[in-house]
Order: sequence, then structure tokens, then C-alpha cells
Amino acid sequence: MEPAEPVLEMKGITKEFPGVLANDHIDFDLRQGEIHGLLGENGAGKTTLMNILYGIYQPDEGEMWVRGKKVTIRSPKDAIELGIGMVHQHFKLAYPLTVLENVVLGSPVPFFSPLREAEKRINELAEKYKLQVNPRAKIWQLSAGERQRVEIIKALYRGATILILDEPTSVLTDREIADFFTVLRGMAKKNCAIVLITHKLAEVMALSNRVTVLQLGKVIQSVQTQKTSQPELAKAMVGRDVIFRLIRVPAEKGKAVLDVKDLCAYNDKGLPCLKNISFAVHEGEIFGIAGVAGNGQRELVEVITGMRRATHGKIFISGKDMTNCQTRKIAEIGVAHIPEERIDMGIVPNMSVAENLILTHQPIGSGGFLDYKHITRNADKLISDYKIATPSVQTPVKLLSGGNIQKLIVARETSVEPRLLLASHPTYGLDVSATEQIRRLLLKQRAQHTAILLVSEDLEEIMMLSDRIAVMYEGAIMGVMDAERAKSEELGLMMGGVKP
Amino acid sequence: MKVVIKQNPSPSVLANVIAFMGSLGAALLVAALILWSQGVDPLHAYARIFIGAFGSFYGWSETLTKAIPLMLCGLGLAVAFRSSFWNIGAEGQLLLGATAATGIALFVPIAGPSLLLLMILAGFLAGAAWGLLPAIFKGKLGANEVITTLMMNYIAMEIVKYLVTGPWKGATQFGFPYTDRFPSAAQLPVLAGTRVHYPTLVIGFALAVLLYVILRRTKLGYKIRVIGDNPHAAQYAGISYTRTILAVMIISGGLAGIAGVGEVAGVRHLLTTPEQISQGYGFTAIIVAWIAMRNPLAVIASSIFMGGLLVGGDVFQTSLGLPFQTINVFNGLILFFLIVGQIFVNYKISLRGEE
Repeated sequence: MEPAEPVLEMKGITKEFPGVLANDHIDFDLRQGEIHGLLGENGAGKTTLMNILYGIYQPDEGEMWVRGKKVTIRSPKDAIELGIGMVHQHFKLAYPLTVLENVVLGSPVPFFSPLREAEKRINELAEKYKLQVNPRAKIWQLSAGERQRVEIIKALYRGATILILDEPTSVLTDREIADFFTVLRGMAKKNCAIVLITHKLAEVMALSNRVTVLQLGKVIQSVQTQKTSQPELAKAMVGRDVIFRLIRVPAEKGKAVLDVKDLCAYNDKGLPCLKNISFAVHEGEIFGIAGVAGNGQRELVEVITGMRRATHGKIFISGKDMTNCQTRKIAEIGVAHIPEERIDMGIVPNMSVAENLILTHQPIGSGGFLDYKHITRNADKLISDYKIATPSVQTPVKLLSGGNIQKLIVARETSVEPRLLLASHPTYGLDVSATEQIRRLLLKQRAQHTAILLVSEDLEEIMMLSDRIAVMYEGAIMGVMDAERAKSEELGLMMGGVKP
Repeated sequence: MKVVIKQNPSPSVLANVIAFMGSLGAALLVAALILWSQGVDPLHAYARIFIGAFGSFYGWSETLTKAIPLMLCGLGLAVAFRSSFWNIGAEGQLLLGATAATGIALFVPIAGPSLLLLMILAGFLAGAAWGLLPAIFKGKLGANEVITTLMMNYIAMEIVKYLVTGPWKGATQFGFPYTDRFPSAAQLPVLAGTRVHYPTLVIGFALAVLLYVILRRTKLGYKIRVIGDNPHAAQYAGISYTRTILAVMIISGGLAGIAGVGEVAGVRHLLTTPEQISQGYGFTAIIVAWIAMRNPLAVIASSIFMGGLLVGGDVFQTSLGLPFQTINVFNGLILFFLIVGQIFVNYKISLRGEE
């Protein structure tokens, strides 16, 4: 069936957040009966674009046309009236309430027996689109797959014919994904138009009619799915110009410092997020872990640092079994950690620069007291060594810029000459000069024989800095290769869950 | 028009002072409306409160008497609030301290000043134990401390009521819910002609300085501030949440317990119903800690201010013909407006036309 007229057109959509151009003159259109894949890494601007369509953000520039009419969408309410529905990555459901109550929430109901009509319509919708769910069940009793069905029913109940799904399979099991695909194909046949936001290549290939690839807020490619291939999409998704070249001397690989064997762990939702992971990082080596965020990298680092329990497997640090030890103990044997969430975890925002610079290495001083002379001297030294721009050592750290906060964290973590350095997304969101400085510092640590585990979504960074590269996908390592021989297309395929 | 709210990352000291004065003014204004609706001239009432609390030697002495428990409880709460552990249970911790001190006074036959020292120690330990329970629940089970500390107040009140009407009811007290009077060795000395049990006041001053130093200069204080400002950073740095919270609640509950010792050994010289022992000091101390912006040194001033307000509250009853409880309206309004006032310090709010 040849796609019909566009039901939705977005033209020249631009949205700027402080310091980031999230959407840069994006053109996007959607036709009736079509599943349109919107592909890109985290931060590429997919979700921003769809939040604009759903009225959560207002665009700075650009026009939107729905069914041939120019529209302004000020709020989700406007979007719903235009027949647009969105299923967010994190469900917006009231857990103590029933399916029925959640679906009608916000819709007008009759005064007497308010839910009777609604229940009938929900059953009809469930029948028509094969979305089996018990309307009287409470949300907390349902599986993630069922909750997702409730979200879709909610959108359809409100009359949505344009459906936006944000990373819909990220919470589903393999079986649920297969069922879910069947449902989506059925909905497209019944003349819904669906936008599928994802970073998974296989999904786009299996499900979509067309695919648009975003990268750093720009459309890189928009094609018929039949006319492209996974390697081509992978290249479009991750390929970008190298910003700068750093000189990397050949590694002097030494003994294994971190040795992870058969590691398993659960995520915050209690689902397995690490599936029998094994690898080793040696002295003087940067071991890069590539992958789209949310595939277990954060949990891996948390388990190594003792912040999350390993349910199976062992972690050896310099030959010592440190599995499930206290964070403090692990830090004391020489493990430093540049955390992924630098503001939420890496600093204490209302405390001073000087006090933040000892966060991970107290106790400093004797007895119960802190040695503030030492703390101030330490701060003075690190501020000048690492070129941290701050008005004074007493300034609350929350007043520093993002780049300087990260420099502070890197200064604190590398100044103690760690044996093992865990660096998670160390340059994410930083400007060019801060990025370069931090990359140089990592290479300097490498030259000092520190073992470095580098987790990053930025393939360019991984390829530039690492000696060996592993790719994580859904809690497992897809493969490990020498950086010299790694190709970005190959890594991109593995990041999308395809074994080359 | 559209209201634009932006975070103000670095509020100035001046902004804090203006917000405090503004909040106090707003509270007095609303209270004035309530007084006026009851047929009382608000200006006259405020003048009477001020004179009643600070206008005479007697006023000052009563203000200080009430400031003592507020100071001790307020200091403990200031530390707890610094760690973002919302202890609403100072009232119960105070009552348990009073109970333990009473037990020592009535049943431990030793003479001399060591009896008082033992009472203070027992009061501290009992208050600390009562504060530790919610801290353990929070640390081990994640139970919300606002609920548990609040509820433990009522358990403490019932324990006191049971003791003074049951097993500890004094043989010489006829039908009243009183224990026997403490022996004189178990009574705190007072300034001549007043009810100011000065040893407790001195303890309060000393602890204010000590806690200020602990928060600013020690490892424990550092951990308390890290946990209070960013618990994730604490976890990342390997600072144990549970252990720090336990230390905080030993301090917080223990100080409230000492306040309870002061009330029975310094003011009442016996244990009686919870309402007569405490007059809600543990709750009013929440306001004391908040006015002081969780700074132990500032608690000295804020506890005297709130003590004065409580003494002034007697004026409602004695000269304005309103119930004593009217003062709770004042307390509530002040806390309410102080918390609202913080929004104006931490955020910049402006009006902007539609583009």
C-alpha cells in the first residue's frame, strides 16, 4: 500500500536550550498508516522534537501542520485535541488506581455510573487493536508490557490517530517486544500513524516504513527503510567529524588491575541489567565501553564501586576480591570514580570548592577534626594545577559552570594517583576546550600506568582514547576489539544490537 | 501575562534578612486581622505582648525560662535538619528525657550533685533512644521519618500519662496526676526570685557553641552537611547514611531529653501530664530551628524570641480575654510565612508578557 497524504508536517523546527541547540531546523513528516522510525543517539534531539509536537515544549522557530492545517500546540491538551497521543519512556500512570481509572483520568465522564461507558469503550479498543488488558486491574499489579498497553489505550481512548512512542521497547522483555510489534503493525493497518523513537537499529528495520536519523539536533538522513541497511543507518547515527586529534603514545600494558568475572546485577526496577559480564583492564590501558546509555553501563560502574550489589560473579582489584565491598573500602585501595551524574552525584552543591575537593578522600586531619589548613592548601594547588575557574576556594560549588565542576571532580579523582580510574561520560555536555582538557588528563593518567575504564556514548571519544573497546548492549558485552582495528560502522552496529 | 520563576542560585544575606522581616510582618498582619475579628485592638495587643515578655525583670525571667527548653530542642533540631532528617519528634524525646530523670530522682537514693548529673545523663540517653528508633527505621527500612517521629510523640505522651496516673502516682498527691515531689538534691538551682534553672541555660549556651564547631570543623559535621545537601554524593563518597543519621539523632534526641530534665528538675520538681510538662516546646522548637536557619549559634537568639512570644501569649489570657492557645495561631502563621518567604529567597519571580 502506497503511503497517503502527510497527516503531520514539521518544518524548520528549532529549539535551543541554554548552551545546546537541541533541534536545528528539523523537517519531519508523517503519513497515514505509516510507522516512521526516528533514530539517533541520546542527546540527538529525538525526544525534544516529539515533546514539541506534543506541546510540552514550544519551538523557537518552525511550523507544524496537522492534516493540512497550520497549528500551534501550546500544551498536551492541544495535542490531544488534534488527535496526537504520546507514550513516554517513563510511564505517566497512577499506580494505586485501576487501568480504567487511569484511562479516563482527565476525560469528562457522566455523573452517574461514570465508568460504565468507558469500560465498554476500553474493551472495544482492546479488541480492535489486540491490546489485552483487564480494565479493573490496578496498575501496580501489571507488568511493564501491560502498563505500556494501558498507555496506548489511554492515547487511543482520547482519540489519538497520531501516536508517538518514545523508546517503547526499553522496558520490555523479548517476548513482550514480539507481541508489541504485532500490535503496532495492526494499528498502522487500521490507519494510525506512528512515530517510533529509538536507538535500536533492528527495530527500525523490522518495523518502520521510513526512517529519519538525527544527530546533534540535525536531520542526517530520511529514507524509505527498504532502501537503506543497518550499516548505513549506524554510520549516519554515530559518524561525525573528528574535532581534534590527541597524540597517544603506545601503551605499556602491565598487570591486570580490574578483573571482572561473570558479573550479574539487577537494575533499580529489579530486572537483570548485567548479564554475565567478564573483562579485564590492565595498568596503563584505557578500556573503552561504548554503547547507548541505559544498556547497563551505569550499573556496571556502580557494582564495581560497591554502590550496587552484584548478584553473581566476582570483581578482583589488583588481585584482591572486592565483590560487594563497601564503597569506602574500594576507594581506599586506590579506585577513583568520575561519576556519570556529575551534579547529582559528584558534588555537594551548597558546600565550598575546597570541601568538595576532599569529598572522596576524607578523613583528612587527625582525631575527629578536619584539617582545614590542609584542605585549603589542597584546594589552592588543585585549582591552579587543573585550571579550575572559581572566584575563591570558599565559593559554593553550585555556582561554577558545568565544565569547571567536571574539572573539579577530575582533579579530585586523579590527584590521588589511583590504580584504577572509572570515568563515566567524562566529557558529556562540555564545551570543546573543557572536553580537550579532560581527555588530555585521562591520557596523562594512562601514561602514569593507571588502569582506566572509560564509559562513553561518544564513539569518537572512545575510539580516540581507548586501547581496547567493548560494546555493551542490553546488559551484555557484544564484543571486544583493539582500538586500532575498530571501525565506527562496526561499533555502531553492535551498539544497535547487531553482531557484525 | 505569564509568571516566570527562575532559580536564584546565590541568594544574598540581605535577601535572607528581607525575607525574614517580610515573613514576620506578614504573619503579624494576618494575626492582627484575627485579633481584630475578635474585637481586640491588634496594636494594643502587640504592645502588651512585647511589654509582657521583655518589659520587666519578671517578663525577662519568664522568657528565659521558656527559652531554655526551646534552645535545647532547637539545637538538636537544627542539627537534624542540617542532615535533612526531618525530626518532628522533639516533643516525645523531651518527655522521655523528663520521664527518665524522674525515675532517677524518685528511685535512686543518692545525695549530692551526682544525682543531678545522673538525671541529666539519663535524660540524654532516654531522649537519644527515642530519637534513635525512627533513625533506625529510616536507615534500615526507609520508613519516612516525618511520620515515625511524629507518631512517637503520642506514644511518649501516653507513657507519661500512664505513669503519672498509675504506677508513679504520688502517695501524697491525692487525686492529681502527679508523682511525688523530687528530693531537694534532685532540683536544679534557680536564679534568685525567678524560675530560671541556670545550669540548663549554661548547658544550652555551651552546646550551641559546641554544635557550631562540630558542624563546621569536624568529620562528623562534614558528613552531616554532605548527607543533608546531597545524599547521592554521600553514597558516592562512601559516607554511610545510616551511621551518620544515627549519630545525628543521638544528638538531636539527647538534647531534647536534657530539655525534659530541665522542665522536671528545674521548673515542676515532679512529673505530671505531658501538657503541663512541655506546653509543646518540642513543636515550637521546629520554628526556633527554622528561624535560626539551622545555625546552632542563631538558635540562642531565636529561642529567646520564641520564648518571649510564649510568655506574651499569657497576655491573651490575662488581659485580652482570649484563650492561651491563641499563641499557637501566631506560631503557625510565623512558620508558614517563613517557609513561604524562603521561596522568594531561592527563586526570582517576575511577570512577563506573552510573546
